[in-house]
Parts: sequence; C-alpha cells; structure tokens
Amino acid sequence: MLEIKNLHASVQGKEILKGLTLTVGAGQVHAIMGPNGSGKSTLSYVLAGREGYDVTQGQILFKGEDITALLPEERAAKGMFLAFQYPLEIPGVSTMTFLRTAINAQRKTRGETPLDAVQFLKLVRASAKKLNISEDMLKRALNVGFSGGEKKRNEILQLALLKPAFAILDETDSGLDIDALKLVAEGVNAERAPDRSFLVITHYQRLLGYIVPDAVHVLAGGRIVRSGDKSLALLLEEQGYDAVIEQAA
Amino acid sequence: MVANPDTIEQVTGQKYKYGFVSDIESEYAPKGLNEDIVRFISTKKNEPEWMLEWRLEAYRRWLQMEEPTWARVHYPKIDFQDAYYYAAPKGNSDKPKSLEEVDPELLRTYEKLGIPLSEQKMLAGVAVDAVFDSVSVATTFKAKLEEAGVIFCPISEALQKHPDLVRKYLGTVVPVTDNFYATLNSAVFSDGSFVYIPKGVRCPMELSTYFRINASNTGQFERTLIIADEGSYVSYLEGCTAPMRDEHQLHAAVVELVALKDAEIKYSTVQNWYPGDENGKGGIYNFVTKRGDCRGANSKISWTQVETGSAITWKYPSCILRGDNSVGEFYSIAITNHFQQADTGTKMIHLGRNTKSRIIAKGISAGQAQSTYRGLVSIHPRAEGARNYTQCDSLLIGSACGAHTVPYIESRNPTATVEHEATTSKISDDQLFYCRSRGIETEEAVTLIVNGFCREVLQQLPMEFAVEAQKLVGISLEGSVG
Repeated sequence: MLEIKNLHASVQGKEILKGLTLTVGAGQVHAIMGPNGSGKSTLSYVLAGREGYDVTQGQILFKGEDITALLPEERAAKGMFLAFQYPLEIPGVSTMTFLRTAINAQRKTRGETPLDAVQFLKLVRASAKKLNISEDMLKRALNVGFSGGEKKRNEILQLALLKPAFAILDETDSGLDIDALKLVAEGVNAERAPDRSFLVITHYQRLLGYIVPDAVHVLAGGRIVRSGDKSLALLLEEQGYDAVIEQAA
Repeated sequence: MVANPDTIEQVTGQKYKYGFVSDIESEYAPKGLNEDIVRFISTKKNEPEWMLEWRLEAYRRWLQMEEPTWARVHYPKIDFQDAYYYAAPKGNSDKPKSLEEVDPELLRTYEKLGIPLSEQKMLAGVAVDAVFDSVSVATTFKAKLEEAGVIFCPISEALQKHPDLVRKYLGTVVPVTDNFYATLNSAVFSDGSFVYIPKGVRCPMELSTYFRINASNTGQFERTLIIADEGSYVSYLEGCTAPMRDEHQLHAAVVELVALKDAEIKYSTVQNWYPGDENGKGGIYNFVTKRGDCRGANSKISWTQVETGSAITWKYPSCILRGDNSVGEFYSIAITNHFQQADTGTKMIHLGRNTKSRIIAKGISAGQAQSTYRGLVSIHPRAEGARNYTQCDSLLIGSACGAHTVPYIESRNPTATVEHEATTSKISDDQLFYCRSRGIETEEAVTLIVNGFCREVLQQLPMEFAVEAQKLVGISLEGSVG
C-alpha cells in the first residue's frame, strides 16, 4: 500500500528526516513511536504533501505510484488522509458544509458525480451516530469551540466519510480522556478494512492497547531505528525511549 | 476642484456654442460640463421646469465645491470636463452581434456564476432583436405590482407620471448640497429607479435587478428614490453578481430611501463592476452616496452590500434614525484584490428616542489591495436610550494588502449604549493545508474560508442572490493565493 524509500526531508533548509524507509501493507496498522523532535509530525506532513516540507531525496510510493511531487489535494483524492493532532478551526463554515465540500471535491478530482444533499445527509448521519456526534455539532462552525474530544471525533468522522486507502493518525490520543480515547479508538477500529492501512503516530502505548498494531516502529533522529510487533510498544513504555534507542544503536 | 474656468470657457466657447440644446434628435451631448449640458439633459428628458431649476442649482453649487480627499483612496485627478454627461443608449449597430464578439474572460465569469445564455447576452450588451422570455415575465410582474398599487419605474418616467411625489421627496434625504459627487449627480443624473409603496402595502415581490435591466439603461449617474409609505414593506435588490459591460469609468450614483411610520425598506446591493486588471490598469471609480431616512416612528431601513468590483469604491450607505424606535442596519462585505481600493462604511445618526442600529462590516483584502472601514455612530441629545452595536472584521490574504478601520463614535446622550468590536485575521497556511489535505484545492479553500468569514452578512441577502454572491466571492479572489 505505502512504500517509503530512503526518505530525506527538510524544513526551512534543516534536514529532519534522514533516510527513512518503511513499508505498510494493505489492511495493516503500523505504529510510529518516538520522542519529541524525532520527526513524527514531519513524517505525517511530508506524506500528506504539505508545502515547506521538502523531499530532498527518496520516494514515496502509494499503491505503486510515486506521489512525492503531488499536491496535498491530489494525494487526498487518491486516498491519503491525515487526522490532525490539532484540527484547525474555520469560523462561519459549518462542519456539514465542510464535509460535503471535501467529499465532493475528491469525487470531482476522481471524475465521479457529486453527492446530492439527500445522499450526503444519509451518509453523514449514519457515520456521526456511531461516533456519538450530534446533529447540533454538525451544524456548528468547523472545530470552533469544540472540546478536544469533539475535535478528534470529528477527524475520525472525516476519515469514515472520506474512506481513504491510507490514514495517518497524528497523535490522535493527545488531550483525550479515557472515555474519549475509547470512543475514538472504536471509531478507528470500525474503519479497519483489508483495503485500508493506518499509520498511527503516538507517544504512548496507551492508544495501541485499543488500536492494536501489526507493527511498531521507533523513530529517532529522522530514521526508523527499531521495528517490532506490538510488544515493542510495551517495551518502550517500560524502559523509555532513551534505553531502547541506545540498544538499537 | 472644480472650476477650471478656462476649460469651461474654452469648451463652451468653441464646441458647445448654442444650438445643440434644441437639437433633441442628437444622441450625445458634447464632452464636458456646463449649464447648457444640464439644460440639454433636462430637455432630453422632457422634465418639468422645477426639475431643471433643481439641476441648475446643483450645478452652480458644484462649481463651488471641492473634491473630497479624506478617503484612503488614491487615483489620478479626474478631469470632469473630459467626459460625456449625456449619451443615449447605444443602438444595435454599435453592439456586439453575438457572444463570440464578447470578451471571453467575461463569458467565463458568467459561466462560473451559472447565468443562463439569454441573460448572458443581455448583460454583455449583445444586440438582440428577438423578444426575451424575460420581457413577458416583466409584464406579469408589472401587472402584479400595479394591482398592489406599487409604483416601480424609471425615475424619468416618474417625473412625467408622478411629478408631485418625486418633487415631494427628491433631495430630502441627500440634499442637493450634500457632497461633491452627490451634487454632481443632482445636476446631471441620467436615470435610475423610482419606487413608491403605498400605505400598508407589503410589496408582493423582491424588486430586483434583472427586471430592471430589462426595463431601462441607467448609466453612470444613477439616481434612485424609494419611498415606503406608512406601514409598508419593500425589499429592493440593486446590481448584479455578473459584471456588466460598461463604458464609463466614473460612476457617481445617489440613492435616497424614505421610510415613513412603521415602514420597512431592505436594500441589497451586489456591486461587481470592472475592478481593473491584475496590474491595476483601468477599472471603475465608484463614488456613491446612499442614505436612508427613517422618518417615521418604528420604521426600519436595512442596507446589505457585497462590494467586489470597481477599482475605487467610496461608499457609505447611512441611516438617519429620526423616528422614535426606528432601526438602522448595515451589513457589508467589501472584497478587494490586486490593486483595488475600497473606503466604505456607514453612518448611523440617532436622532429619535430608543433608536437602534447594528453594523456588521466584513473587509477582505488580497493582493496589493487596501480596504478601509470608515464609520460614524452619532447619538444626538434627544436620542434617549439609543443603542448601537458595531462589529468590524478584517481578513487579510497574503502580506502585501492592507485593512484599516476608522470608526467615529459621538455620543451626546448619557443613556445611550454604544458597542464596538473589531478583529483582524489572516487566512493561515495551516487552515489552507487542512482543507487541501481533505481534497479541497487552494482556491476553493479560500472561497470556503472567506464565505465562512462573511456568513453573517451573506445570510441577510435574499436566497437566490446569496447563492450567486457566494460564488462571486470565490471569483473575486481568484489568483489571490500563490
């Protein structure tokens, strides 16, 4: 599904990713763990195609196609999705309007007919219900005045509606209490499918107790220094990043 | 300015001589402005003697006036003698024969706005001999309005058919002496709309642009007078989301609204005149005076404007809250891109008791554009319990544009409540990236964010207008984000 080969990326001339290689197969969930400043968020932005995050070397192959030069919206239409650590507020634009604009923009890029209001409403109501998102919340301006939990649930709602082939969850667990975390994790698990892969970026093992990964990678200094199964996350929790990274070196 | 007596003399002495005044058949008055031109216009329109005197008084007054320079707009000095002040509508022979002859850029915009082909032709000024469907629609409308007793016609026609009504109200809100451009307009106005809603009548339809385009060719010095008699209601839509072919660079319109006891007037404008190209060449100068008089108790006047066009916009739709408990509202969106300059806002003059006003102004600047909100809230000593709420929000796109807010508040009554809130924000890269990561391309994202920013104002527009206005917001900001 996703193949990252020897990826080097810089932000404002400073190299952050230094030869990262990673392969995520179809239907798999991989977790990326790492200390602050290891390049986790940079990786998520580079995958989503954010301007200012320049790939200087290497390749990103998505479903076999090199997407390194594509714009964020082009990647999105091909099925790339990033759930933000800090979802943005857009005053005056209702969540409903935003969702519909996004869905239809992607459909347009793919040459599909736009969803009409009725089709869309049906779709959004069904997904919102599962995530315990109220009609009122859908009518409110996107993320404006939303609690931390509401913002994250709203990200998962977008995931459920946009049905990407590859979803990156960037510290989706940050700022969530246990109940909210469970709800979000259940939302993600419901979207797991043989043709959909996930990259779960997190600091803590806690989230991985709910979203059980097929593989765990430790990111340090812009490279993956160690990979393993879900037990690696437990090891990290127990010994801390420094010890595990040192062992790897 | 004005009087460059040399120029005037020169022109009158040479080209104008006499003679042409009686030449009713002539299509154009010669270039320049003098008393003979004013007489010519009045004669052409077969106006009553008092109207001519009114115009002449305005003209003489104008000669004494100075062109205002206080607004934050910059443009080369206008030579008022180097313009035509009367030109009859163009004959079919001068017009493009088909849409193929029309600027493709214009057609592209029509398409984006979803304007039907027949209307595209009309807006682009294509010569059409066949009768539009809209003509029959217009006839139906006319019958319906007549049934309700509503008068809605060109002001030139009103001067023939309802001279007493016109005389009673014309210039009572914007006096002949009001300001440089309004006085100029008073002297030379070509045509415009006249609306009278009788007592207790709720106008059965929105009085709208498309209808009016069919009815008349209004030109650069437009004059509009709307009177809502006691207990009546009218909603009037001016302008058009589609850019219209326009030969004139200088526009100086005057709009007067009179709301009598318990009456309400809702006046909505979408202005999308040629803003000049992306290098700031060309574009229309729009110097407009719009004012409403809440003359009777419990009356209400509400202005809603979406200003996206013109190189220069100088416009302050205002309300005089004379009647006790009267209400004035101003909802505004001003979008400037490239080298456009807009200096716009409102005046709320609280004279009566318990008068209320509300101002919601949204300014959006992109490119190198400069946008200024200029407003006055004035509470007079008699205005016990007056209230005002003002909110001015500016949104900047890019780093080369500017937004300015110049609010004046004068309160001479201690019982008054005046609130003012102002914000300035930018469309952030984070917001754009968020949208794009969801598949929404940059321009659409900007449109979405700006429409959200303007929502409170867009909501005030009549439904069918609001939809087009939303699209227009996007079109106006094309190319604003690299």
